[in-house]
Amino acid sequence: MSDADEVVVGRGLTKRFFDKESGHTTTALKNIDFAVLRGSITALVGPDAAGKTTLMRLMAGLLRSDHGQLHVLGLDAKTHPQEIQDRISYMPQRFGLYEDLSVQENLDLYADLHGVGQQERKERYARLMEMTGLAEFTERPAGKLSGGMKQKLGLACTLVRSPQLLLLDEPTVGVDPLSRVELWQIVEQLRQDEQLTVIISTAYLDEAQRCAKVYVMHEGEVLAQGTPEQLSANAQGQCFSARTLDERPARTLQAQMIDEPSLIVDAVPQGGNVRFILNEAVSLESEAIQNILQGATVEPLTPRLEDGFMVLLRRRLQAEKKDMQAGIVAAASLGKTAGNATKKMQGDAHDTMIEVRDLVRKFGDFVAVNSTSFAVQRGEIFGLLGPNGAGKTTTFRMLCGLLPASSGFLQVAGVNLLTARAAARKKIGYVSQKFSLYGNLTVRENLEFFGGVYGLRGKQLKARIALVCEQFELQHLYKTPAGHLPGGFKQRLAMAVGVLHEPEILFLDEPTSGTDPLARREFWRRITALADIGVTIIITTHFLDEAEYCDRIVIQDAGELKALGTPREVWMQAGHGATSTLNMERAFIDIVNQARQQKQQALEEPRYA
Amino acid sequence: MIAIIERILILCRKEFLAILKDPSSRIVLIVPVITQSILFGYAATFDLSNAPYAVLDQSRSAASTQVLNKLDSTGIFRRIANLDSQEQMREIIDSGEALVVLQFGPSFEQDLYAGRQADLQVILDARNSNSAGSAAAYITTIVGSFNEQWRQQMGAGGFPLSIVSRSWYNPNLETRWNFMPSLIASLAFLQTLMLSALSVAREREQGTFDQLLVTPMSPTEIMIGKAVPPIMIGLVQSSIVLLMTLFWFGVPFSGSIVMLYLGLMFFMISSVGIGLAISALSANMQQAMFYSFMLIMPLMLLSGLATPVRNMPMPIQILTYANPLRFAIDIVQRVYLEGVSILLLWHDLVPLFVIAIITLPWAAWLFRHRLV
Amino acid sequence: MHNASAHSMTQRSRGFFLRLFALTRKEVRQLLRDKSNLGVGLLLPVVLMLIFGYGLSLDVKNAPVAVVLEDSSSTAMEAVAGLSLSPYFSPQIVRSIQEAQTLMLAREVDAIVTIPSNYSSALADGDAQIQLIVHGAEASRASIILNYASAALMQQGVRSADRLGQNVGAGIGMVNVESRLWFNESNTSTWYLVPGLIVLIITLVGAFLTALVMAREWERGTFEALFVSPVKPVEILIAKIIPYFCVGIIGLAMCLVAARVLFAVPMVGSMPVLLFASVLYLLVALGIGLLISSLTRNQFLASQVSLIVSLLPVLMLSGFLFDLRNVPLVVNIIGHLFPATHYMILVKTLMLAGNVWPQIILECSILFAYMIVFIGLARLVTQKRLD
Repeated sequence: MSDADEVVVGRGLTKRFFDKESGHTTTALKNIDFAVLRGSITALVGPDAAGKTTLMRLMAGLLRSDHGQLHVLGLDAKTHPQEIQDRISYMPQRFGLYEDLSVQENLDLYADLHGVGQQERKERYARLMEMTGLAEFTERPAGKLSGGMKQKLGLACTLVRSPQLLLLDEPTVGVDPLSRVELWQIVEQLRQDEQLTVIISTAYLDEAQRCAKVYVMHEGEVLAQGTPEQLSANAQGQCFSARTLDERPARTLQAQMIDEPSLIVDAVPQGGNVRFILNEAVSLESEAIQNILQGATVEPLTPRLEDGFMVLLRRRLQAEKKDMQAGIVAAASLGKTAGNATKKMQGDAHDTMIEVRDLVRKFGDFVAVNSTSFAVQRGEIFGLLGPNGAGKTTTFRMLCGLLPASSGFLQVAGVNLLTARAAARKKIGYVSQKFSLYGNLTVRENLEFFGGVYGLRGKQLKARIALVCEQFELQHLYKTPAGHLPGGFKQRLAMAVGVLHEPEILFLDEPTSGTDPLARREFWRRITALADIGVTIIITTHFLDEAEYCDRIVIQDAGELKALGTPREVWMQAGHGATSTLNMERAFIDIVNQARQQKQQALEEPRYA
Repeated sequence: MIAIIERILILCRKEFLAILKDPSSRIVLIVPVITQSILFGYAATFDLSNAPYAVLDQSRSAASTQVLNKLDSTGIFRRIANLDSQEQMREIIDSGEALVVLQFGPSFEQDLYAGRQADLQVILDARNSNSAGSAAAYITTIVGSFNEQWRQQMGAGGFPLSIVSRSWYNPNLETRWNFMPSLIASLAFLQTLMLSALSVAREREQGTFDQLLVTPMSPTEIMIGKAVPPIMIGLVQSSIVLLMTLFWFGVPFSGSIVMLYLGLMFFMISSVGIGLAISALSANMQQAMFYSFMLIMPLMLLSGLATPVRNMPMPIQILTYANPLRFAIDIVQRVYLEGVSILLLWHDLVPLFVIAIITLPWAAWLFRHRLV
Repeated sequence: MHNASAHSMTQRSRGFFLRLFALTRKEVRQLLRDKSNLGVGLLLPVVLMLIFGYGLSLDVKNAPVAVVLEDSSSTAMEAVAGLSLSPYFSPQIVRSIQEAQTLMLAREVDAIVTIPSNYSSALADGDAQIQLIVHGAEASRASIILNYASAALMQQGVRSADRLGQNVGAGIGMVNVESRLWFNESNTSTWYLVPGLIVLIITLVGAFLTALVMAREWERGTFEALFVSPVKPVEILIAKIIPYFCVGIIGLAMCLVAARVLFAVPMVGSMPVLLFASVLYLLVALGIGLLISSLTRNQFLASQVSLIVSLLPVLMLSGFLFDLRNVPLVVNIIGHLFPATHYMILVKTLMLAGNVWPQIILECSILFAYMIVFIGLARLVTQKRLD
């Protein structure tokens, strides 16, 4: 293979960061070798703090490596960053849009800066508008878009031209499945038509599976590299699906499995069943496994990239003598209270914790949420799903009392939180979409503050903080300012704050956006543990496979409620058979598309009448 | 009730931590106050000292020398040049080197001996009208005392009238004596207002305000918790300036410390009220900063710090009734220099109280009702 | 070959202008969208102009004075008339010294004049005394009152004494002070406050408004994507300077018009030179603002630092209100470290004194040096790097 085909070549890349305040030096990249072929799509995957973003920024010429050589498009990244920047496009993890400029103005700015011609621009815009669904919002200031819409606009700004190399750092965080599909179509087409080279870092392993080559990174090193097939092969012969016979929900079996790290590497609910990876040394027939399965039927499965990834990580952590499942164990302990005994929430399982009737919220002429009704029982995991801008966050904010409703009835724990007295708000915990704790206070100070505000005092407060720090594995970060935590730990801290005062209802707004699979397992183990002790959970998410952890879900689109029920009921509402294999992503796309078609027809009908 | 106080204290503690943890913001809160009080204490003076002057003495006589000696001995004027021509006079004034040029005509002494009026031309650079005015007044006084002396030399009696003047509270009429006490209120005003204006706006911009609103804290509790730290920081800053005034500049304190702090307390509460109201109205930090700045500038200028409120035209004097700093400066000056009691201060305290009870509840209401 | 490189040159400069235009348009839009920007950039200057023109004054007019008139003779009444004829005072006759003191304590009057019961007889004997007490809490005002009141009373006293047969002036020579106030004949403080206002407003727009523009982009994370594009750091810088430069010029124009039309401040020197000096200083201020902004990368810090190093010195240390010739040498030197001080000298000289070339050339050179330093430093710290 000639060098000319290698668009990016890195040898022995090392990057260290010095933190002025603490005086610590952290090594973000350790002696990495890296190569990307022209016209290919390469994925960077790996848990938090693996060094993906640092590598991206090195390639974009935004950082200089401490050691090693990095050539991008044949140019030395250290000495010629400007020449590289003239030729590439880069979407940072947090694309900073100019919030006071409109959608169109943001796009124009980047088109102008990249010197995109007027003719080229027209075609490109049309394409991007179709992908992002931003066509009707071109005049709106970017700051007034929902979180997911902003991400899409950032993506559109990056794709205004065809560069020689495209760098995408977690481009689909918070983007709904419909748009993700379209994004991948565009990227794939650019690759085919223009021989574009793409490097993408992602937390979604199903996306990485589409790439020609995958680098699995971990703590600044490359753990493994290869085609998705090669990497998946690491889990060859260890993947199975278990179908539960009795009424118990898949997530219960999944929880049991994941709590046995010595036997099972990984387990997730999938299609109504449980997909699990058996530990290499354990046989399916062993007594321990049969005890867990309790007669569930088991079928072997072909491994996916995610399975290979989990096995790789597991091996690595074992080699480092770290217990990969420690997090899971800690997570499962969440049901315990300070007294160390598992406590059930007071009250009857059929208590209605949340009731919403004909809820409406308008912003001017714009109807963000339109006559929505549902009710949530105690101990339920209730999922709010929908494409970006569907009104999920607005619904959420109304429930939490952060936004008054325009009309309709709404009760949380028997009151309207907007006007409720202090005591009522003690019953809820809230984890917002973007990290919203005090960045310059330490983990401990944040916990002490919120614990104190919720009325925890003295020994009780200390005991609770010690316990949640254990449950969320934050002990060693006690004195770290929250703003300096790696992303995954920020999310953990946010959740630790949310459950610190043992709320009866926990609100979580897209808590798993941008987190790696390992962190997501831990997260969901925590959620299921909480639900088991009777905590009511309201959650929004874009990972549709996660909808299967929920007892019931609603799907919203354009402010309206489109489907409500258990995952299987929603699958059936989408027009699928009662016995066919559940696929939530499919169900979601079908329901949203059906609803949009109906609306389109309704709009057209009067013309024919 | 105890729970409410505890919650407020916890929020206060958090606010202090958030403000004071960052070393650079600690520096910004303390160091400028000290350096500014020293620098401004020296710079802010309308009093002439060592004012440069030049002489064009065409008489070269004993009488003119006598006048000049009198001038030189005051310490107010400093001779920088003896000129030879009118041209030089023009140059030295134009360039700003000399504030004053004295011109003695050729017949200066003859006129005096002849019992005529001897004219002394005084040319003043009035680009700074205040310095020019003071210089003219000083020269008139000095020449007056020369005349008195001359009369005695010539054997005539003194003036039939003498004016015995005294100045209360500031015997030497030093600008610093009234300026430093005004700084006790003004320097703290700037940052108290900015800190409180940023407090909610920063939380809004960073998304933490929602997290705070879902806790059991009521808007009133949040308001109090957010108000106390800037008030305390303001009082600390005021105390620093107070100490500088007392010990560095040695301006004697005539009033009661308790009264002074009572007044400052009222003042800080009302400034924080304005700050929090701005904060609650602003969508982001930039707006909070700019809006508070747009208020601070006029409030500082129309407070009596730069020029006395009494010199302003009546309509503007009435406008200043909405300016907390105006009352604060009045309180501090009166307590510090005059030592007045509460009975004479109520008309300063009432407006501050009114500003506070309007702005603070308004801010608390806005916390929950402003749609972002 | 030659042709090809020339072609690529034009290509390059075309790209430069296209990008610069796009960036500038973005800055202008951001500037215009946020009302708080316009508030500080345009509304505040107008408010300040009104305050400076009509509000601030160092001139005493109609100061209330309590006169304790213990002597009811016509001679004593003449003394009171002496005060009331002066435009500086409005005397008010009270019955007792206690009453006067009460008025003084309540700050209803600025001074107390006590004319003793033997005033007229003592004056006839050539040995009269008048007591004058001023409230010293506002020293500058008090000393003006003191001087003017003494002069007015003395003048009237001598006149009365002459009438009573004292014949004060006969045969004895007296020095008569003839003051001439150059550059400000009527000696109104407006004339020296308004030039200061121009400095203040340019500093406000240049250094305070721009102190946030870089910090804001760092804080909001908008730079990362912008950096990875053909944009050069110098383009980012120029694009930020252009709109604020225009706002500064608008502010300057408003000030000059107001100075001329509303406040009748003369323009003795050359207007083009004043404009040139103003452009220089505006660029210095912009350089300072952008430098602070790039160094702090934090909006709160940037605003505080720019207040401390640019605006407060304009008010306190530039010779705006307080004459630097009166301060200790160290403070004088510190004052001259601030560019505003040099521009202040230029504005006052050009407006009030005229074209004093040696001074103009010196101060302009200093400003020019400052401009090179600050814009150069701002360019140096603007790097397309995140570490």
